Amino acid sequence: MTIHRRTFLGVAGLSAVALAGKSTIGALAKAGEEAAPAAGAATRWAMVIDPQRCLRKEGCKDCIGACDKVHNVPLFKDKDHEVKWIWKEPFENAFTGEENPYTAEALKDKPVLVFCNHCDNPPCVRVCPTKATWKREDGIVMMDWHRCIGCRYCMAACPYGSRSFNWLDPRPRIPALDPEFPTRTKGVVEKCTFCEERLAKGEQPACVEACPEKALVFGNLDDPASEVRSLLREHFTIRRKPELGTQPEIYYIV
Amino acid sequence: MRDRGLIFTGLVLFLGLITFPVWYNLASGTSSKPPELKLPTTEKQCVAPTETMRMSHMEMLITWRDQVVRQNDRTYVAADGKRYDMSLTNTCLKCHDNKAEFCDKCHDYAGVKPYCWDCHIDPKLVQRSKG
Ligand code: HEC
Ligand code: HEC
Ligand code: HEC
Repeated sequence: MTIHRRTFLGVAGLSAVALAGKSTIGALAKAGEEAAPAAGAATRWAMVIDPQRCLRKEGCKDCIGACDKVHNVPLFKDKDHEVKWIWKEPFENAFTGEENPYTAEALKDKPVLVFCNHCDNPPCVRVCPTKATWKREDGIVMMDWHRCIGCRYCMAACPYGSRSFNWLDPRPRIPALDPEFPTRTKGVVEKCTFCEERLAKGEQPACVEACPEKALVFGNLDDPASEVRSLLREHFTIRRKPELGTQPEIYYIV
Repeated sequence: MRDRGLIFTGLVLFLGLITFPVWYNLASGTSSKPPELKLPTTEKQCVAPTETMRMSHMEMLITWRDQVVRQNDRTYVAADGKRYDMSLTNTCLKCHDNKAEFCDKCHDYAGVKPYCWDCHIDPKLVQRSKG
């Protein structure tokens, strides 16, 4: 059998049309699938802190204790080896951007709670070479300790010092091991995760639950009826180093 | 042909020497005996068929890890419809509460050393160190 040029061109043309059609239909079907889960209520976790309330009970460390306990945070006395998830910092040190030499008496030299700001534009995420830290859809800047190679780029990038490196084996320095949450090892970085493991069970972060003065309020910024949103409506709040453009999601009532 | 005796003695000695490891293992009974594992007493069924678990529990654990940590999805639905929290300590070791006589025993036998326990905790060890 011989194929004439005309027949060949005809068959080739038809095949090309059929192939193009198939991939178009495929692409359309895919677009349909991807569009589906985008619907539904959005969540953007954030925290509002009232430093004045926090100061009511002097020397209180309930939130810090609760966090350290449920996350097996080690206790190193030596400042060089310190591992911190949530801690207190003098007001002026936490809010260096204020540059106000006349801080109100109520806050001057007073300790305020600081921890990971779960920034909307997190610099730590940008520099992590292994995607061991990334921003979840609900805004939590998450850590995957399985992927952390201990390069500490994230620590250099974080303008808040929210990240700690394990210079030594943390296990012997954990006062009471809680088997439910894994420890970390020497050579990995750690920080607050907004208690994502508790949120998954519908619980509040451990620090929020532990606070006797309700100085910490946690909630969803995308829900206009949430308590965090109403606090932000009713009070003037500041954030740490907003001039850096990181968009921190911890708000402080002043 | 005067050397026949010497040659055969030499051959026998030689064969005996190179096959020594085989005889040694047969005599001490260490090589081919599979380890005896302490199975859970209260539960009858694992999260997947026993054969599947034996073959691919490592892959399952890696999947669980990625699902929980990276996808924020913590529920595993077994083939029989049962739901489990995807957790190494809080699920696997809840049933297999004797890690030393189960996981470790088989791993020692197979020469595997999972590094998971550098961070994940065997609740038994915590109890022991407490009292
Ligand atoms: C550097 C410490 C570290 C090592 C090593 C490690 N993990 Fe983890 N793993 C964690 C931490 C911390 C979490 C908790 C994350 C969370 O819930 O926020 C976790 C969570 C998990 C989870 C889900 C939650 C749970 O409770 O189990 C699984 C499954 C898991 N890891 C499996 C493994 C396996 C398998 C290995 C070994 C191959 C391993 N991990 C090694 C630190 C580690
Ligand atoms: C609900 C209780 C339960 C949970 C949870 C559970 N197991 Fe099991 N597992 C069992 C039982 C019971 C057997 C023995 C089944 C049998 O005898 O056929 C078993 C068998 C196994 C075996 C095969 C042992 C052999 O004989 O070769 C492995 C491996 C195993 N489990 C690993 C795991 C791992 C890893 C996890 C966590 C992902 C896990 N199991 C979670 C109950 C459980
Ligand atoms: C029947 C024997 C057996 C039992 C029981 C067993 N394992 Fe394993 N496990 C193996 C073998 C063999 C490998 C290595 C597989 C490979 O490298 O391909 C392995 C590998 C692993 C790995 C991956 C290690 C790595 O470095 O990649 C993990 C994690 C693991 N096992 C966890 C468990 C846990 C947890 C238990 C107890 C609940 C358990 N295993 C019980 C035989 C067993």
